[in-house]
Amino acid sequence: MLQQLFFAYYAVMIVLLSLLVVTRRNPVHSVMWMLLLFFHIAGLYLFLNAEFIAAIQVIVYAGAILVLFLFVVLLLNLKEEIAGRRFAGSWPAGLFVSGLLFIAVTLALGSYVQGPVGKYSIDVIRSETHTKALGTLLYTEYLFPFEIASLILLVAVVGAIVLAKRKLRS
Amino acid sequence: MVPLNWYLLLSAAVFMIGMFGFLTRKNIIIMFMSAELMLNAVNISFIAFSHFLQDLRGHIFVFFIITVAAAEAAIGLAIILALFRNKQTAHVDEMNEMKG
Repeated sequence: MLQQLFFAYYAVMIVLLSLLVVTRRNPVHSVMWMLLLFFHIAGLYLFLNAEFIAAIQVIVYAGAILVLFLFVVLLLNLKEEIAGRRFAGSWPAGLFVSGLLFIAVTLALGSYVQGPVGKYSIDVIRSETHTKALGTLLYTEYLFPFEIASLILLVAVVGAIVLAKRKLRS
Repeated sequence: MVPLNWYLLLSAAVFMIGMFGFLTRKNIIIMFMSAELMLNAVNISFIAFSHFLQDLRGHIFVFFIITVAAAEAAIGLAIILALFRNKQTAHVDEMNEMKG
């Protein structure tokens, strides 16, 4: 019962906060609501026994990505954007398409059959600790994707600097 | 015990909201944030599946998704800055030509 109550709180807050993120007129307000949303998602991850991912969620998403968003929002001067209309004229079409997707997913959920379970049960993770189990898997079985991820980050660093720098006047 | 379907419904709802925002908002920064919202929705379902199937591979996938989201945010926001420098607007309807 307590678990359902916890989940209900997180679910209601996450849906409410994502609605606020999408509908606010001022991007700064959106970023702030998104910060709260990410903390709630991290709480949900803790609830699902994923403490490492919850920490990553707070550090990388809330700490790095959102600060980047806030930085860019404050760099741009969005005075006239705020005064304009909030949604496109064709917003019912967008609502229709996304609602259709939601209904499709909901209907598809009924035919879900659970496959065989893996070896990482809660007891195994508890005895091995979550971070260690994740690290072992990451550095053995997923070593090559890990290297590719490092390359992606390198491209992002170089690309962001090249794209955002001003041209020097010679 | 909270069943898996609840998590998947929550994930679908967040994905739907993100998709709605991406399709209907015209401010490019909010559109970008809606894309992040969709990535987070997928992360929720990955973690839920991982928990219920007792497998850590979903966590690995979430790890990579967060990495790619960070890279995407850095590059995308740099592009937005460059666009704003040329066009003085963050409204997507006014960015209608390829040549700056």
